[in-house]
Amino acid sequence: MEHLIVIVLLSFLAITAVAVVMLHDLFAVVMLFGIYSLLTAAIFLVLDAVDVAFTEAAVGAGISTVLMLATLALTARKEKTSLRFAPIPLLVVTITGAALVYGTLDMPRYGDPTAAIHQHVAPDYLQRGPRETGIPNVVTSVLASYRGYDTLGEVTVIFTAGVGVMMLLGSSRRGTKRTRGKR
Amino acid sequence: MAWLGLYNYWIVIFLMMAGFYVVIVRGNVVKKIVGLNLFQTAVFILYISMSKVQGGTAPIVEPEFVVYSNPLPHVLILTAIVVAVATTALALALTVRIKESYGTVEEDEIHRLDKSF
Amino acid sequence: MRHHFILRIVAKLLIPLILLFGLYVQFHGDFGPGGGFQAGVIFGAGFILYALVFGVEKAGNVARLTIVRVMVAAGLLLYGSVGVVSLLLGGNYLDYSVLADDPVHGQHLGIFLIEVGVGITVAAVMITIFFTFASRGRS
Repeated sequence: MEHLIVIVLLSFLAITAVAVVMLHDLFAVVMLFGIYSLLTAAIFLVLDAVDVAFTEAAVGAGISTVLMLATLALTARKEKTSLRFAPIPLLVVTITGAALVYGTLDMPRYGDPTAAIHQHVAPDYLQRGPRETGIPNVVTSVLASYRGYDTLGEVTVIFTAGVGVMMLLGSSRRGTKRTRGKR
Repeated sequence: MAWLGLYNYWIVIFLMMAGFYVVIVRGNVVKKIVGLNLFQTAVFILYISMSKVQGGTAPIVEPEFVVYSNPLPHVLILTAIVVAVATTALALALTVRIKESYGTVEEDEIHRLDKSF
Repeated sequence: MRHHFILRIVAKLLIPLILLFGLYVQFHGDFGPGGGFQAGVIFGAGFILYALVFGVEKAGNVARLTIVRVMVAAGLLLYGSVGVVSLLLGGNYLDYSVLADDPVHGQHLGIFLIEVGVGITVAAVMITIFFTFASRGRS
């Protein structure tokens, strides 16, 4: 049953992705991207990744969509397009995809408890985490304690991105940025 | 039914390639960013698919459960999602600046303007 | 802004709940799903909703830009300084076991503090990014 839900949700996701590729109205594309993120969050929930589902629902379906809409308001709503068929990129994409599919044939099957990924540190974290940190949510204890350096790095990236946005769009006045534009 | 165990990965590859196609074919910068996000989300699904253990539950330890899904990919992707939105915001800010100094966000028009400068 | 009465009233009802839920996610993240990243985003989303419904200027009065900018750095500094404190107390960088007499208690304290740091930075960055985009359109 659980498997069936995943398959149906993944198929919805594929359909949404096709729609995103085909459409030219950027507003519709951004809204579809919000739906895509929400579907992804649902898949994460079924796959037991509750924390990730939570984040994806808040970030992907919420903040990302709002930011993209804000950008559309500042740029153009429609994509100027020539509906040409592009054979070479399609070929490149198909070949890359085929190579990747060939690569998956060796991968452990979905949900296989004997897969290599489940043998090394994960059982260790699951056993030691609650005992050593007193926190039942293993994701939190790994995130904050065992991999504290990683998280410090990630927070630094977010900080840097925030500073970057401030510098790009923050306090510059109209006069300075009109000097370059010819039109 | 052995192929069904790979269905997740194949859909992930399909989504990745959809994003990749948008990035290389479409000229609109906003559309390219959406394409990059499609690709990125596909990678997230790849990781989370691998972390699932059949019959497992969410990795919040309670005495009545024995089998848990692997928490490590969850941690990696949790932080990756927030970093993804931060980098997307930076890309969108660059897009806004491109629009302000070129008057367009279409790649071919930007190239044409660049030559005439 | 004369119209949109329903939107404004619903937003007024929802925003305190969103902020409260953000705090719940922040401090309950040790026991259930949640944590600094999610809480930060939810908290930021509350302010963004306010800015969307009532305008960026009014929202700027609620979340002053200078304070938010200080918070962007403050969260990261809190995170880093927890590591420095554990260094000064004789442990490794970001080893929380030395923060209290009992290692388990120390771990709990350290995780709590850095989750708060993460939450502050993420919330402040989300608010700043949105405000920067939104105020760009007006000028």
